[in-house]
Amino acid sequence: MIADGHDEARERIEIDLLLEAIQRRYGYDFRGYALASLRRRLWHRAYGEGLQTLSGLQERVLHDPTCMDRLLRDLSINVTEMFRDPSFHRALREHVFPLLRTYPFIRVWNAGCSTGEEIYSLAIALHEEGLLARTRIYATDIDEAALGRARSGTFALDRMQRYTENYLRAGGSNAFSSYYTVSGDAVRFDPALGAGIVFAQHNLVTDGSFNEFQLIMCRNVLIYFGPKLQEEVLGLFGLSMTRRGILALGRKESIRHSTHADEYEPLVEHEKIFRRRS
Amino acid sequence: MSSVALVAIGASWGGLHAIEVVLGALPEDFGAPVVIAQHRQVDSSDGMLVRLLDARCALTVCEAEDKQTLDRGVVVVAPPDYHLLVESGTVALSVDAPLNFSRPSIDVLFNSAADAYGARVAGVVLTGANSDGALGLAQIADRGGTAIVQDPETAERREMPDAALSATPTARVLALAEIGPALAQLSTPGIRSRP
Repeated sequence: MIADGHDEARERIEIDLLLEAIQRRYGYDFRGYALASLRRRLWHRAYGEGLQTLSGLQERVLHDPTCMDRLLRDLSINVTEMFRDPSFHRALREHVFPLLRTYPFIRVWNAGCSTGEEIYSLAIALHEEGLLARTRIYATDIDEAALGRARSGTFALDRMQRYTENYLRAGGSNAFSSYYTVSGDAVRFDPALGAGIVFAQHNLVTDGSFNEFQLIMCRNVLIYFGPKLQEEVLGLFGLSMTRRGILALGRKESIRHSTHADEYEPLVEHEKIFRRRS
Repeated sequence: MSSVALVAIGASWGGLHAIEVVLGALPEDFGAPVVIAQHRQVDSSDGMLVRLLDARCALTVCEAEDKQTLDRGVVVVAPPDYHLLVESGTVALSVDAPLNFSRPSIDVLFNSAADAYGARVAGVVLTGANSDGALGLAQIADRGGTAIVQDPETAERREMPDAALSATPTARVLALAEIGPALAQLSTPGIRSRP
């Protein structure tokens, strides 16, 4: 009975039309995103708007740009933490920094930086290894509001105990609290850490290469992309890397199935840190 | 009834033992992929659960990697601190916010399984001290899938089976030892090469 209850084919039509409407009206292209998470996020927004269907969401998004802002946030926010996966950050210090140290000037791209937790983690580690002063970090995200929060270097105070534990397990050598000042229920990280960071809006789906980097960090972003889009973004990273550049992905991400797999060799295999062969 | 093409299992408190019992009863030629969301500590050591389970059942058990294909007779476990979802034939991961304080969330897994596999999924709720999985199991049942709940009397913690049963009163209630054999009956045995 097509008219009743849940109908996958009908929902698929609604999703396709909604994504096309967003692309044509606002230029954001989510058509290559992985379906399972995308569907959850679309429904989350629909319910948040008090709507019962995704075609209802399409109507509101087309007529109300503020609804598009809210949807964009839902579709782009990557929930992360400082020094997420401490063993990854330890591996950066032990295996990646020695390679970066050989360059007089270091360029790093954090693609999909979200609200900045990862990039401040990296800045702290670079500082402790004496590399921050000659590093320029480009932190990009599709969502301007997330970038605004990242730029402010402000995080919730109640997360600091957790972040401190992560920091120590990641090989941090100072008092973590020396990096921030508390103000109410938030903390603000030392502006000196952010001085070498350029925050900029960049859409991995539609924007091109803008520099060459020795290290590209893109963690837990590709999981939201479908296979074809993953392929395109890995191609973009290849174009954006110096000779023998380093690519760091999330712990459960893989380039194994990609046509770009042969372009890389593992640097720290279980942390998904790869190095270009040429 | 169409043969089951995916088995999705959710477990929390006491889950390791319960999962071991269920998987231990599945034959090596089990005809469907199995996906598991087991609540565990964010920092739980990498791969420990997977190694334990792999050593104690006839199937191959691995921790999910993004875009991995779902193969019959292969058990895919949600990594700590990721949501595990399925699409048609593949695994998808997400780091969206925890749901009911859980990541992986059983509801997220079951919901994606219902979307991707419709009537061809069997959802199993095992022991646990919360209500995760109740909503997802109801969605599986709504789409014509098979809903199975561990008999609360045989569960180490009965809250999760109880919650699943009150959301899906039509679910099959089975003692822990009966769940594996029931799943084996629901799926057509497959031919599979084992390396």
